[in-house]
Amino acid sequence: MPSLGADMAAGKLVEWLKKPGDAVRRGDIVAVVETQKGAIEVEIFETGVLSETLVPPGATVPVGTPLALIVGEGEPARARPTPPPERPIAPAPPTAPPPVAPPPAAAGARPLASPAARRLAAARGVDLAALTGSGPGGAVVSADVERAAERAPAAARGRIDLAAMRQAIAAAMARSKREIPHYYLSTSIDMTTALAWLEARNADRPPAERLLPAVLLVKAVALALRRFPELNGFHSADGFRPAEDVHVGVAIALRGGGLVAPAIRDTAARPLDDLMAAFRDLVARVRAGTLRSSELSDPTITVSSLGERGVEGMLAVIYPPQVAIVGFGSVTRRPWATDDRVEVRPAVTASLAGDHRVSDGHRAALFLREVDDLLQSPERL
Amino acid sequence: MTADRPPPGTNEITYREAVKQAIRDAMIRDPRVFLMGEDVGRYGGCYAVSKGLLEEFGPERIRDTPLSESTFTGAGIGAALGGMRPIVEIMTVNFSLLALDQIVNNAATLLHMSGGLFNVPLVIRMATGAGRQLAAQHSHSLEGWYAHVPGLKVLAPATIEDARGMLWPALEDPDPVLIFEHVMLYNDTGPLPDRRPVDITKAAVRRPGKDVTIITYGGMLPKTLAAADMLAADGIAAEVIDLRVLRPLDEETVIASVRRTRRAVIVDEGWRSGSLSAEISARIMEQAFWDLDAPVGRVCSAEVPMPYPRHLEQAALPQPDGIVAAARATLGPR
Repeated sequence: MPSLGADMAAGKLVEWLKKPGDAVRRGDIVAVVETQKGAIEVEIFETGVLSETLVPPGATVPVGTPLALIVGEGEPARARPTPPPERPIAPAPPTAPPPVAPPPAAAGARPLASPAARRLAAARGVDLAALTGSGPGGAVVSADVERAAERAPAAARGRIDLAAMRQAIAAAMARSKREIPHYYLSTSIDMTTALAWLEARNADRPPAERLLPAVLLVKAVALALRRFPELNGFHSADGFRPAEDVHVGVAIALRGGGLVAPAIRDTAARPLDDLMAAFRDLVARVRAGTLRSSELSDPTITVSSLGERGVEGMLAVIYPPQVAIVGFGSVTRRPWATDDRVEVRPAVTASLAGDHRVSDGHRAALFLREVDDLLQSPERL
Repeated sequence: MTADRPPPGTNEITYREAVKQAIRDAMIRDPRVFLMGEDVGRYGGCYAVSKGLLEEFGPERIRDTPLSESTFTGAGIGAALGGMRPIVEIMTVNFSLLALDQIVNNAATLLHMSGGLFNVPLVIRMATGAGRQLAAQHSHSLEGWYAHVPGLKVLAPATIEDARGMLWPALEDPDPVLIFEHVMLYNDTGPLPDRRPVDITKAAVRRPGKDVTIITYGGMLPKTLAAADMLAADGIAAEVIDLRVLRPLDEETVIASVRRTRRAVIVDEGWRSGSLSAEISARIMEQAFWDLDAPVGRVCSAEVPMPYPRHLEQAALPQPDGIVAAARATLGPR
């Protein structure tokens, strides 16, 4: 069956124009074949005698199928040919060498690791050199890093390198003072009502469940921020982006020096007991070195309280890209003027450092007054 | 013989018939549409795509041309400038090289050179690819060359739905669109698609998977899907992306997939050097380097003129085994 068109795969033999025993000459028309393009006459390229037709009229056969046998002049009659075996396609090597350069041998200090593994290892604090790779050529791939990070969460996440932390604080604080035009406000807040309320609340509780004044202060800040979005968010090259929720970062000093300010998520929405538990948990985990990285990157504002160190007030440095930081000194008994009289009352000095690119002193003053108002009616906290 | 029609009573259709129905539909919808090319009329098209259209639409709209690609492509550009919507058929992409000047220097540039005054709403269809033993002057895959040229849109329908649906939006495009039909797809059969036009800006995920992304187009799609089946048997879930549009490339779909699987293999029937596969690989490097867990792999045709003998032709072309091997190479020992 000849190929009578580029896309012809098979043809149907319609009619034989020669029958066995007929002499045929090169150029004779011997058969008619039907294709997608219509009926086409088949010419012969050999001279001799048509000894046998191999395909009956009406049959459809693939291109390349012998249709008939021709015996050349003087040739003996031949047996019916067996179709030649299809020449096998040169098989692709079963494991074709990958068309990319093989990975180099891991030499010296540089472990063989994929780009994704390197990025993930940096984020999770995983040491690539300690891993056995499962990727191409034994390279460490991202899945290997994930497994390692899960196996040793504490070691991977929590080992705090004090020197590195000092460097990070140095970089952040230097950047803050270089880039952020700080302004500072402070005010004294009468804590009489708040402490009395706290005392009543803690009266019949075991020590482990008691609320500390710091939690009232943090909650008051968080609630007040709902009305002052310009103090709660992030400043970047694209300008200020207010945060949707309030995640207050609480500054916690480390025993060996340095500090971290992990977030208590959704601070404004959580009840005081819940906040207290979260706060205790954070302090414990900071000391144990098992903070989660998300807690460190989350805060939308920071609250720093140096009360237990006996400091009266503080002028804090904003932690970029945040745009404000609130500081509280110790709650101390001090002379307090009221109704032309001087009384001794417990009071705390609240201060605020704001980013003047984003907010102004007027609004920040209203914010501090809101914090004060909230602390005068602690049942709202 | 009517092998290009589905057997009666079924809703199956061939790729060839889908292209024909797309042309027929466009001719009926818009009197400005006409088909022009070598042997498209009395002979019914080199691949029998236009068989019967001459009888239905007459010689004014189904025009046989002299064997001069430069002439009739130029005539198509002229007709497009004059307000018509020509479909020019070029037998194979190898022959389109005779019309390269018209396509690259005229069709692709006139909008720019006229200061935005003259669009060229021309559609050129051509056959591409190997597998039919048509030897080195009829079998190459040069669509990547056209994907290099600003001013052209390049489509590669790999499915019956795309063969049916891409022509109308291509005709509606105000600028020149090239449509590449792979010769091994014409006899594919599948369900009769809707008459709906399809989107001609996006790649398509033909098979979702999480372990490795295999990016391909046109005639390599069936082989790539076959390779994905083989990989699945070994527990490897390959995601297969059909580019569909070779220019402008839908980077978004490719990059999003590679970010997810972290591994990529590109299957391209063109030669490796300076190919579309090279371009895609480079874009993955530019945009997803840090997401990769393995070097990008490529499976391309051997860098030889396409051989005539069947076993050599098949050896020169990408095959499922080679695609499987390249995908495995991105995964490491298992």
